[in-house]
Amino acid sequence: MDGPAILDRLRARFGPRILGTHAHRGDATALVERAAIREVLGHCREEPELAFEVLMDLTAVDYLNLPGAEGRPRFEVVYHLYSLTHRHRVRLKVPVDAADPVVDSAVPLWPIADWFEREVWDMFGIRFAGHPDLRRLLMYEEFGGHPLRKDYPITRRQPLIGPKV
Amino acid sequence: MVERAKQEFFLGEGPVPETEETQRLYVNIGPSHPAMHGVIRIFAELDGEVVAKADVEIGYLHRAFEKHCETGTYTQAIPYTDRLNYVSPLINNFGYAACVEKLLGIQVPERCQYIRVIMSEISRITDHLTCIGASAMELGAFTVFLYMIKAREYLWELVEAVTGARLTISYVRIGGVKADLPPDFAARTRAAFKEVRTVLDEVHKLLTANRIFIDRMRGVGAITKEEAIGYAITGPLLRACGVPYDVRRATPYFVYDRLDFEIPVGEHGDNYDRYLVRMAEMEQSMRIVEQALEQLPGGPINVDAAGRPLEPAEFVDRGKLGQTKGLLHVPLRLSPTLEGSEGPLHQRINAPDKRVVLPPKETTYGSIEGLMNHFMLVMEGFGIRPPQGEAYVAVEGANGELGFYIVSDGTDRPYRVRCRPPCLPPMAALHRMIEGEMVADIVPTFGSVNMIAGELDR
Repeated sequence: MDGPAILDRLRARFGPRILGTHAHRGDATALVERAAIREVLGHCREEPELAFEVLMDLTAVDYLNLPGAEGRPRFEVVYHLYSLTHRHRVRLKVPVDAADPVVDSAVPLWPIADWFEREVWDMFGIRFAGHPDLRRLLMYEEFGGHPLRKDYPITRRQPLIGPKV
Repeated sequence: MVERAKQEFFLGEGPVPETEETQRLYVNIGPSHPAMHGVIRIFAELDGEVVAKADVEIGYLHRAFEKHCETGTYTQAIPYTDRLNYVSPLINNFGYAACVEKLLGIQVPERCQYIRVIMSEISRITDHLTCIGASAMELGAFTVFLYMIKAREYLWELVEAVTGARLTISYVRIGGVKADLPPDFAARTRAAFKEVRTVLDEVHKLLTANRIFIDRMRGVGAITKEEAIGYAITGPLLRACGVPYDVRRATPYFVYDRLDFEIPVGEHGDNYDRYLVRMAEMEQSMRIVEQALEQLPGGPINVDAAGRPLEPAEFVDRGKLGQTKGLLHVPLRLSPTLEGSEGPLHQRINAPDKRVVLPPKETTYGSIEGLMNHFMLVMEGFGIRPPQGEAYVAVEGANGELGFYIVSDGTDRPYRVRCRPPCLPPMAALHRMIEGEMVADIVPTFGSVNMIAGELDR
């Protein structure tokens, strides 16, 4: 199925809970309401015509400094799905407010979401409701802040850690 | 925390089960352990000699790749991509550039696409050679390691001849590549492949039917097809489970759709099948390179290359004196670092897009248009500016799908660069592969995953 057809199906099935779609440079992209993301992901996986068996990537973007994005929710969590059966791809994006950065976890659907979501929590401070073990993945436990946020300066130093003598 | 630290520092502090007379032993494997490459820590709970539970910890080589990309221009991110998968850096280069080119909406010339395919496949062979050689060495087969590193050396000499470096190659340019292939490249490649094939034959004889090797590899570290898909595992590990997924075939990029190659698959998803898949893939990669060299198009050469080569200083002096008549058609002797990107060659390996590609050096030195074009591209705040938007491009890395997701805000700096590392999913699933198996099996299983910390931790 090509990109527009996938987006048509999602719009027909979920109506206003799909907040918007685009296919910039041929990448089918749907903006999904935060409350509906688990359902949409489950539908994408289970529906035989879509059959997105693989959660290829899960990441986030911080839109704090993007010109023209004022008033928009600060974060977007981005899912890249791939179907081995039909060889098609789709990108789902969930806008997340800075005041309440929580998204439903995808771990019940795909075990790989475990590490991907830990990385997003580590780098952006977005929490995933229902995640079994939301620890930092790349940074260490004592690290303060979330480095890929746009308000985290690249020059910031962190205190040295080690065993207390 | 205190409890855990206690368990970590003093062995044998695990809880004593009430029914049995045994207790669990907690062992740290790594990060300071040669088989863990110094960058992975496996916190293992042992029941006798069997791994009952394992927690894999990564991040020891985190270098903030994604954050650093946001601070520089699109071109300045290229050297960082060399250091993602440092055993096959060319593939990272091309994946990143392909994503920026998709954002810009430009096409690179056909010759450049062929060059990218050729160099990607040579890198894939070096990667597989390293992986098999190192994991065989960890099982005690030191000969194999030396043979394979010898074969890799022949290929790295090719890489050096093309890119000028062995490891930190930075060969790609947005919209092209740094330099054309050297004139005798096809002959040198054939000679190198002959050596590589000899080594592969020797290794087949040494390992494939070797009783010790089979006993250590077959049935070890297996993962089912369903679980591999759930963990988003791609590349040789997924193909060893019997799923013929290969980005080169599923969503062809560059010119892979014009080349004939097979996708080797395994059956059991264990270490032995992964070994066989990698061995077969190297042969396929060599086939691809040979076909690509046959099909390699010449591309347009507009400038007549006859005439006396000029030294750059002389060239600039003539320009200053206003003796510019015919100057653009005079070949220039460039510094050795720029060999292969002289005017005529430059045009056939780079996209004809002045907003993206730097002009050849002769044009920069010899004409005001070229100088302005160069200046506009290197000046801060100008340079390569893709329109606002986002793009995801996947290429087949040596370990699986290597994806780049870039968000552009319309300026000359990427707003967000995300690299989907191909070896993160297998590492997330590593505990599933080693739990229930012997401690000694951790090493071959970890070796077969081919963890490359540069891309895992970014």
